[in-house]
Amino acid sequence: MEEEEWNNKGGPGAGPGSGVWLGINGYPAPRAPRPHSLHSSVSPALLSSLILLVSAPALAARRGRQTEAMLTLLVLTAAVLLGAAPRSDAIVIYTGWERHALVGSDVRLSCSFFSWRWTSEDVTFSWSYRPDGARDSISIFHYTGGAPYVDNKGPFRERLEFVGNPARRDGSILIRNLDFNDNGTFTCDAKNPPDIVGRPSSVRLLVFEKVPIQAGVITGAIIGVVLGLLILVVAIYYLMRFLVARRVFNLSVRPALQSNPALHYPIHSLRAK
Amino acid sequence: MLILLCGIIFLHVAAIALLFVSTIVSAWTVNPTSSGDLWVNCTSSNGAYNCETLETGVWIQVVQALMILSIIFSFLSLFLFFCQLFTLQKGGRFFLTGTFQILASLFVMSGAIIYTIMSPEWTAPSDSFGFAYILAWVAFPLAFISGLIYVILRKRE
Repeated sequence: MEEEEWNNKGGPGAGPGSGVWLGINGYPAPRAPRPHSLHSSVSPALLSSLILLVSAPALAARRGRQTEAMLTLLVLTAAVLLGAAPRSDAIVIYTGWERHALVGSDVRLSCSFFSWRWTSEDVTFSWSYRPDGARDSISIFHYTGGAPYVDNKGPFRERLEFVGNPARRDGSILIRNLDFNDNGTFTCDAKNPPDIVGRPSSVRLLVFEKVPIQAGVITGAIIGVVLGLLILVVAIYYLMRFLVARRVFNLSVRPALQSNPALHYPIHSLRAK
Repeated sequence: MLILLCGIIFLHVAAIALLFVSTIVSAWTVNPTSSGDLWVNCTSSNGAYNCETLETGVWIQVVQALMILSIIFSFLSLFLFFCQLFTLQKGGRFFLTGTFQILASLFVMSGAIIYTIMSPEWTAPSDSFGFAYILAWVAFPLAFISGLIYVILRKRE
């Protein structure tokens, strides 16, 4: 629906269908801004709500499995239409909070984003690095126009590699052969035109000589094991008591059966009567 | 009879209180400028306190776990004492209560011993032991005697 509206408006070098629009000089022109989203979002929502309003009472009047199925189908289509309407929320970027790594190892810093728009071809990722204690950050990676550009002059030259998949909204980078000087904060900024309003997210890198034991792991483990053993002992004790009680019950019933043979063959005794 | 009961309960509660204070208060190792315990190291410079969590080591976490376990077992034994007070038949012994209390005292003992042996690893030689450490050592015989009393005691009326 939106593409048809755009085609009717025309533009420099307009042609059938969507594609790269050639500008006056023959270079790809920047895409014209999309028509106001409110217009395109109102129509599917309005359509689906109208359909629901009209058909729901009619369907509710008739009972039966078919009407129930049709009603659920209607609700689902309404939900899909409402969901496909583009929103104007900001882009949300996800990175980790902290990454721990050993000296000399490799670390993968992941960055992904959430956006209500489809992933455009002009999606950009950019990573910047601020060492611990420094105030300025330098840019170390940029992905734009379908090509990654890694740092070739700064502290990460020849150590940085792009391992993300922009089509899947993944802009992760891999840093090899870590050193103590690599301690610092890495900030990822992603933009998905026309959804560009968002807050960059930072991940802190900590490089260790040997991986430290996290606080409380051993404490919790010891407490858990001892309390678990306690519960196990209590459970076994009650189980033994229960079993012994059952065996006592069996022992007391059998002598009664043996002393009265009529109990063994109740049917025969009944027939005899 | 009632006096005996009150005395035993008072002893038990005193042991629990000592354990609590010893675990929580920050005074296992002290020196003129800082005090440290199982959880944080607090240094005071010019009247301002600056506390930072201890760097994690294996043995300090073992001591933390043992102190917490001793508190838990002591509480359990108090709870069991009240249960057994009403459900035990006449002439019976408070075995379960005594067992838990003795286990609690053993945990405190092992915790204090491990701390004594391993503390040179994370404290400077000039540090001296604080009062919380001493309380832990006092709580051990208190809990042990309390447990023994429970084992020996017989229920009357």
